[in-house]
Amino acid sequence: MSAITTAAAGPPALRRLPVPASAAVLVLFLLVSLVCGVGLGASGVTWGETLHFLGAGLTGGTIRGDEAGAYAIVWEIRLPRAVLAAVVGAGLASVGVAVQAMVRNALADPFVLGVSSGAAVGANAVLLLGAFAALGVWALSVSAFVSALAAMVLVYLAARTAYGLTPLRLVLAGTALSYGFSALTTLMVFRAERGEAARAAMMWLLGSLGGATWGSVPLAAVTVLAGILYLGARAGRLNALAMGDETAAALGVRPGRLRTELFVVTAAVTAAVVAVSGAIGFVGLMVPHVVRMLVGADHRRVLVLAPLAGAVLLVWADIVSRLLLAPAEIPVGVVTAVLGVPCFLLLMRRGGYAFGGGR
Amino acid sequence: MRVDVEGVTVELAGARIVEDIALRADSGQVVGVVGPNGSGKSTLLRCTYRALRPAAGTVRLDGDDLHAMDARAGARRLAALPQESAAEFDFTAAEVVAMGRLPHQRGGTLLTGRASAADAALCAEALDRVGAAHLAGRGFRSLSGGEKQRVLIARALAQQPRVLVLDEPTNHLDIAHQLEVLSLVRRSGLTVLAALHDLNLAASHCDLLYVLDGGRVVASGPPRDVLRPRLLAEVFGVRAHRVTHPVTGAVQLLFDRIDQE
Repeated sequence: MSAITTAAAGPPALRRLPVPASAAVLVLFLLVSLVCGVGLGASGVTWGETLHFLGAGLTGGTIRGDEAGAYAIVWEIRLPRAVLAAVVGAGLASVGVAVQAMVRNALADPFVLGVSSGAAVGANAVLLLGAFAALGVWALSVSAFVSALAAMVLVYLAARTAYGLTPLRLVLAGTALSYGFSALTTLMVFRAERGEAARAAMMWLLGSLGGATWGSVPLAAVTVLAGILYLGARAGRLNALAMGDETAAALGVRPGRLRTELFVVTAAVTAAVVAVSGAIGFVGLMVPHVVRMLVGADHRRVLVLAPLAGAVLLVWADIVSRLLLAPAEIPVGVVTAVLGVPCFLLLMRRGGYAFGGGR
Repeated sequence: MRVDVEGVTVELAGARIVEDIALRADSGQVVGVVGPNGSGKSTLLRCTYRALRPAAGTVRLDGDDLHAMDARAGARRLAALPQESAAEFDFTAAEVVAMGRLPHQRGGTLLTGRASAADAALCAEALDRVGAAHLAGRGFRSLSGGEKQRVLIARALAQQPRVLVLDEPTNHLDIAHQLEVLSLVRRSGLTVLAALHDLNLAASHCDLLYVLDGGRVVASGPPRDVLRPRLLAEVFGVRAHRVTHPVTGAVQLLFDRIDQE
């Protein structure tokens, strides 16, 4: 270049962990976490039995008749719960990444679009008012999912403009409608006659995987996986969108259309996840930032690691929620907050990461 | 690549921002768009990089209607530096430059986060061309205004376009960096369309100037023909004197103080 060179005294190059190695480590860690999720619990099933039953279940091996009770605990209660925790954690983390880029706001999380508070209205109508009793055990999930989708449509209609969805309007519409939905939920809790039902409602609002069965896994898993693949295929375009709508347009991305697509996908994944686990906070806000601190902001890297990190985090959060006050359970959302807040503050104070704001 | 803007009209919220604009930039020409604040410069440029769709008129690249072609195909021919540069996330300079390859990639370069070797080489070369190779690993947000602009030009070069559109690329830069940015742009050899505020920079770096006022083109031609005191008084409301640059021979302007009138 010419004689004009700027003094190179600025901050040093940003550190980046290698993605393939980090992903491999996380996958291994996730498998170990899942086994721990199955092996650790209030009723004493030994590690030997856990591994024996898991092996038998996976390979179609045989178990003795007197082991049936312990086998059911491992295979029918703990394993689906651990798997669902991983699915929900992966979904919340990837949606968090996408929503933050979509509304270009580092404080956004999957619930900023109002979808989860919409789901809460449906869930609590079932828990407190006994709605959709005809659907039996599916009433809670179905009602939460349907009302989440209804909330998504309302937010979309409120936020859209002639130029497509804009970040600020999405956040404002989502936030405003969330308050409305929360008021409805609170009213229902307030009017509830049975104390036990109000407790169940509170448990749902803070998130819990206590209701996990193999039946609740497939829809959530398929939706989350499809969502992750969709987002992964658009990682480059998310980078462009994060730089601004004008830049995105100049790079051949249609920001309005992309944002509408992203809104539908993230809302659908959030709805599917919230329907089976309630509104588990902090995963969708924290995991994206932690991953960015480690590998940088490039979505082609973040979207590989965030689902894995989210899955690992929630599997462990669920273990803690079951064991801390065993045999009683605490809402897993409480654990994610208690685990997450100090860890987050520690990373933040370490510096070198701007959270999308000024340093 | 030739750029033809034909009868472009833009309406925003019912108001006509630009009206019936015609502009032509021949292959390799550097064309400046000047005019007072609010005259429609940015709006016109936004139509050329597809941030806006004109209500009427067309933008043609070598005769092909830009708004009729696929967005990515358009971005392979024309790159832009919009005025916004607020990255919300901590991208490195190299990551920002890599975005320039986006219109050339199918799908999302899934999952490894590694561009192909060819793409990586193109991005490194682009950074090198603007003298910013040493900034590659730095956070884009931590760069100075001049460094940022160089990195954004590198991104545009990595896009391998034939046309480069710049919206006030010298804003907030000191004089050395202003000259540097415009010299980089001139040396790129691309057809360039740039909105500029500084009339003397426009006069010294552009082959052709278009003067916008109230959303219309009120004058166009080589700087020497366009920048006349009478037009400047009408459009900008300033009293100007023309001089010739002692070294480059370009026409330059000296302005009276307003309180001297």
